[in-house]
This record gives sequence, structure tokens and C-alpha cells, in this order.
Amino acid sequence: MDATRLKPVDVVVIGGGWAGSIMAKEMTEAGQKVVMLERGPDRSTAVEGAYPGSIDELEGNYRYRLFQDLSKSTVTIRNNMRQRALPYRRMAAFLPGEGVGGAGLHWSGVHFRMPPDDLILRSKVIERYGKSFIPEGMNLQDYGVTYDELEPFFDRAEKVFGTSGEPYMINGQVVGKGNVFSPSRSQPFPLPALKDVHTAHLFRKAATEAGFHPYSMPAANASAQYTNPYGAQMGPCNFCGYCSGYACYMYSKASPNVNILPVLRRDPLFELRTHAHVLRVEMDSTKTRATGVTYVDREGRTWTQPAELVIISAFQFHNVRLMLLSGIGKPYDPVANEGVVGRNFVYQNVTTSFVWLNRNIETEQFIGTGGGGVAFDDFNSENFDHGPLGFVGGSPVWVNQAGVKAIAAAQAGGPPGTPRWGSAWKKGLVDTYRHSLRIDAHGANMAYRDVFLDLDPTWKDAYGLPLLRMTFDWKDNDIRMNRYVVDRIGEVARAMDARQVQLTRREFGVPFDTRKYQTTHLGGGAVMGTDPATSALNRYLQAWDVPNVFVIGANAFPQGTGYNPTGMVAALAYWSAYHIRQTYLKNPGPLVSL
Amino acid sequence: MSRSHAVPSRRTFMQVMAGASALVATPGVVARGHAASSAPPHAPVFFNDAEWKFLNAACARLIPGDALGPDAVALGVPRFIDLQMDTPYGRGQLWYMHEPFVAGPANLGYQLPHAPCELYRRGIAGANAWCLQHEGSDFANLPAARQDEVLTMMEKGEMAFDDIPSDMFFEQLLSNTMEGAFADPVHGGNIGLKSWTMIGFPGARADFMDWVDQYGVAYPLGSVSISGETA
Repeated sequence: MDATRLKPVDVVVIGGGWAGSIMAKEMTEAGQKVVMLERGPDRSTAVEGAYPGSIDELEGNYRYRLFQDLSKSTVTIRNNMRQRALPYRRMAAFLPGEGVGGAGLHWSGVHFRMPPDDLILRSKVIERYGKSFIPEGMNLQDYGVTYDELEPFFDRAEKVFGTSGEPYMINGQVVGKGNVFSPSRSQPFPLPALKDVHTAHLFRKAATEAGFHPYSMPAANASAQYTNPYGAQMGPCNFCGYCSGYACYMYSKASPNVNILPVLRRDPLFELRTHAHVLRVEMDSTKTRATGVTYVDREGRTWTQPAELVIISAFQFHNVRLMLLSGIGKPYDPVANEGVVGRNFVYQNVTTSFVWLNRNIETEQFIGTGGGGVAFDDFNSENFDHGPLGFVGGSPVWVNQAGVKAIAAAQAGGPPGTPRWGSAWKKGLVDTYRHSLRIDAHGANMAYRDVFLDLDPTWKDAYGLPLLRMTFDWKDNDIRMNRYVVDRIGEVARAMDARQVQLTRREFGVPFDTRKYQTTHLGGGAVMGTDPATSALNRYLQAWDVPNVFVIGANAFPQGTGYNPTGMVAALAYWSAYHIRQTYLKNPGPLVSL
Repeated sequence: MSRSHAVPSRRTFMQVMAGASALVATPGVVARGHAASSAPPHAPVFFNDAEWKFLNAACARLIPGDALGPDAVALGVPRFIDLQMDTPYGRGQLWYMHEPFVAGPANLGYQLPHAPCELYRRGIAGANAWCLQHEGSDFANLPAARQDEVLTMMEKGEMAFDDIPSDMFFEQLLSNTMEGAFADPVHGGNIGLKSWTMIGFPGARADFMDWVDQYGVAYPLGSVSISGETA
């Protein structure tokens, strides 16, 4: 099919989520003419978030109103290289977004800074435990950027998102009751921490009694009215419980749609094109320079948008797939252990445990906010001695009561051993919904040589292009980490005077199950780093081989982390944009010379 | 330790609802004040007579009536499922349905070429055929205790209905039954908001500003639908 060639622009941005919106804002501020291509529909809080129609659990969480249209494109998944990967035909394990705002419209709002040690994890592990501590086959790497370098950009993202939280240390001085393991900040959070819901309050008390160090989770759910540096306004969160899967009708949860796009849409340098599905980045004959992108519109017409600079900022695995489809970077070959695009694909290692309290305590699980809660980091990152434990990685532990709604409660049912239907189920359900709470071990997942992304040999999308193939399974190191941390949850549950406890541990020999929701925190596959042999992007998220392509997203994480990824993705976007503005635009070319 | 609480007047609430109703898809809106003590009259759109009997009988065993609350039929669950069949979801348009369809390990997920409506058509026919062969009666006419045993066998995957393992059909039925009973009543189930009342879920209240940190005080307001219907 012949593509119609459009008038050239300075920058084309692929994807209208957080990363794309930040990059588009930064590039227009630098005077660049920007076109943003979003394959889904336009979305706004005034329409998708309008109360009360927006808070429909069936449509939001079970018919996936704001999520990727799998009928057009999905991935295939297998547990290991000996298997044939099969299509992910129904939404379940992870829920990528689609439409303006991307996953940033339906996310919860948990907004962390990356722990400093996680950014230099390979160096840190070798320094503390020696190189032999790293298990065979684990591709442990540093990011190539430090916390001190990223700090101004974490701060910028928090100010744009209107993040609520309690600081611990500012400029080296202890100032508050925040997370004692968190690094020093240059500024306080823009807003004070959200209130503790009842279950978080009980967890804070019990975690303290158990000897841990609980803190208020940083949340991009506004604890008060707020106006961000762009002039975008947020209202105070009312704990309605409809964050994850919904546009926030209170304008309290940060989203590209509320916090950035209202300003961008008025900018004459910015143009948003929706229903624009990008097929590939176009390359010149040398394969070292991108010339633009080709996309299909809603009517099936194909267009080529020439641009000087191409920013790939869709969801993590779409970014990797676009690189593979466009021939940007060398595809990873796990057998030869060569190539970088698809290498170090990671997930997150989350299990949810349940605690039943005495029946005179109503836990009111319907009250909640997506990013709020109480956590402790005593077993996250390098905050504890891994030496005697023999595993790499860690896990924050938290009560993050985001609002448990009726269908989800019914499907979760009662305590272990309760039937899933019938009168016994009903009894267990009522007891559990009214008197229980949930505690997550939200752990890191490390990168391994035989866990990767490539193109599927069989299945194609609605445009005839190969689906991305995931080869993923849980590994011994990560299972042992989870089991160790979940045992610590048992200590907290004892301090809560629990009536019954279900400690949910990852089990050895049980493969990754695509049928059960776990988390949408996928990462890696086109990682940042300092060595082009082990990273697809340099430390500014610039493609090593194609310097006028930057790839922004959780794809840049060399291994998983215990925290939610959005805060890091936003900080990396601002970090990359800063260096594009300071250096690249003045003198386009590689920002790192070898 | 209750305190006075500013409850928005019903009139204000209804005005808000009326303004937003155009945005809400409302198949089978329940008339306000509908007393739901038995199965609501509903002429099935998708299911034929035999299928409808199966669906009513099976749903009533998955969520039986007891001291805690009404059964799934009184909650309108079969009606909900019938209405769902004629949606993009029911027609399989939310799923990736590209060929080839290849069987694989269960943990890699659903790999059959059937949309939900087709799963019901084949699954119900298969379940009734099994019951006729082994019990001499279709499912709906079995005693409740025997229905429970048959459903348990289905749940464990001990039968197959054509190319559909019985546990796959059972999971479809169970998940849609839970959806129908516990979704907002605008979708045709959860009649009278009785499931929400049973578990204490306030539905579209969605405003707990004043209740976040009133630890130990039970939230006092009843359930409300996005249509404005109250329990």
C-alpha cells in the first residue's frame, strides 16, 4: 500500500501517554513543531470520567473500557524457549492501555522515585557480596544514571503530577516521618500525604510493633487542591475507590489528560492525531537515521509523517516491537547471547496476602485511593543484608487499598478452603469483604538470559505485522525473595491480632499464569546503559545505532524494581528531554560517543 | 461515635444522575422501586427455551437463596447474561480471535475459537446432553443436590462439551454470574441492589472524604446505582 507523504515536522511522538505527553511538552517548549500519534481514541476526564457513568465496575474493570483493543493486536506468550508461544487472547495478567492518556489515564497513582541502589544494582551487589553472588544466567546491570543525576527530574515529575507524600530527608536534613530508607530530596512533596484509610492505619501500627518502618506511600492522587507548574488544576481526592481502570471524575488522580494535555492542546506547535496506528519508523538507506514514521488511520489510509526527530514513547512492549519492526538496534539472540532489542525483559513479582480481623472491625474496603496507603521498605532494594539470604532483589510491603469493588470482592470470595460458589461461598464473601484486608509484597523481578522479547513467527496483528512474543517465567531467585518477604508479612499479621491469615507465596515449579491478573508493570526489552553490547539505548534513552530516535518508557529498565514504574518513567522522560534540549537540538548526533 | 454528616439531598443527587444518564449504556434499566422477590419477567433475546432453563437452574445453584440474600435468578443474573450476549463482549469482539487456534497448556490462557455466546451455546448443549445420558434428565430437572454435584464435576473439568473442557465453560458461567449479581443494576442484574446490600458495598456513593479516618465507625449510607436507584 502506498503511503501518502505529509509535510515534514520537527518531532514526531509515538503514543499519547505519560512519556509521550512529557516529551511533546518539552519539545514544544524548545520551539519544535510536534505531531503526536496515538492509535486509540481521544479521551478526556470530562467525557470518560463523567460521574456517575464513569464509575461502572463492569465496564471499567471487566469490559476494559480504557484498555488496549486486543481484537486488533496482542502479544504471544510462552514460559520457555522449548514451548510454542500462544496468543494472549483475553485481558488478564496485565492490562495495557490505549487512547489518549495511555496507561496514565487508567493507572492507580502510586508515584515513587527509584531507590538509588536499584539504579546501580550490579555494582552494589558486587561491592557488597562479590561477583559470584549473582546467579548464573542473571543479567544484572546498572542503569548508567545515578539518583543524584535524576533527582531534579524526579522532583519535576512530582510537581507536574501533584504528588502527595511525607518526606524523610531534604538536603541531608531529617525533616519528617517519611520512609527512613528513602534518599534525600531537594524539595518537599508538592502536597502532604493522604490520610490513612482504616486498614492502612491498622497496618502502620502493626508494622511498627513488628519492628519495621512504615511510611505513607507517595501518591499522584491529590490530598488537596493543586495547580501544577503548567497551570493544570487538580481537586482533592475523596477516596471514591475508582482509580485503577477509570478516569478520575474528581480530577484528583494525575493523568496526561488532566496534568499536561490541556496545556499542550492549546499550543500551536502541537498537533494530536488520534486513531493513528504506527506501523514502523522509516529509515534512510544507511539504517542509521530515521526519516519519519508510517501509520494507518481509522479509514485504513496509510500516511508517512517525515520528522527530524522520532520519539518512541508508547507502552513498554510496544516500544520494543516498533524497534524490532523498524530495524532499530540489533535484535537479541538468547542462544548466541548477542543483540540487545528484546534483551532483559522483566515483570514484577507481586503476591497479595489476606488478613481477617475480628468481626467487630469493619475494614470498609470500598474506601480507597489508588496511590495511597502505608508501606515499609525494610526488605526492599539493598535496605537489608542479602548475604545470608542468597538472593538478589527485594520487595516493599504495603496496604494499598485502592477501593475493592463488588464484582472483584465476589470473585475473590472467602478464606482459603471456601468454595467458590454456593451458600458457603456467600458466607465467606460477606465475612471477607467486611472484615479483611489485603497486604501486597510488591517485589522486583530480575532479568535473565532466557527471558526476552522477539517477534512471533506465526501470529499477526490486524495490519499483517508479527505480534511480539514474550518468553517469560518465574525464576528460583525471585521466588525465594518473595517467600522470604511474605514471611515478614506473617509477622505483621500477628501484630494485628488477626483471626485468620492467608500468606500468599510464589510457589516453586508453578509457571507464570497468563490467566490471572498480576500487574501491568512490565519492563525492559530495550534497556538503557553504558555498553552497547548489553543496552539498546544510551543513558539518555537515545538509540545507540540511530541517534535521532529516543525510546522512552519502562522498556529502559535493565531489571525490575520493587516500586511501581511510572515515577521513574516520568523522571527518565524529563531527564532525556533535558539533554535533548540542552545538547541534541543544538548539535544533533549521538549524546554518548564511544 | 457517630457525628452529623452532610448527606446530599436525594433531589440534588437525582439531578446529577439525570444530567449524566445520557452517557450511560442502560440495557434493561430496572424501574425504580421494583420489588424483586422472584425472577423478573424477561423474554430471552439470545437463549432458546432449553438454554434459558439451564441458565436459570445453574445460576440459582451458583448463587442460591439463603438467609444472607436472594438467589441469582431473583437477582436477574440470567437476564444480565442474556443481555451481555448481544454486546461486543458477548460476540467475542474484545478478544484476539485471529487464527490459527492451537491448544496449549492451561496457564497460557484461552485458545478456542469461540466467542462467549458460542461458549454458552455449545456448553449448555453439552451439559444437557451429558445429563440426559447419565441422569436421564436435562440439568434443569435434576434435584438441586444433584445439580450441585454436576456443577462440581464441571468445575473440576471432568466432562468435555465438544472441544470445550467443562471447566472452561464453568469458569465462563461462574464469572458472568458473579458479574451479573454484583455489577451495577443498570446492566440488568443485582436487582434491588440486593447483592451490594448483602456485602455492604455502597456502589456509586463514591465520596468518602469525611469517612476515610473515622476508624471503627461503620459507613452509614445505603447502596446506590449509577441510575440513581437506591436499595
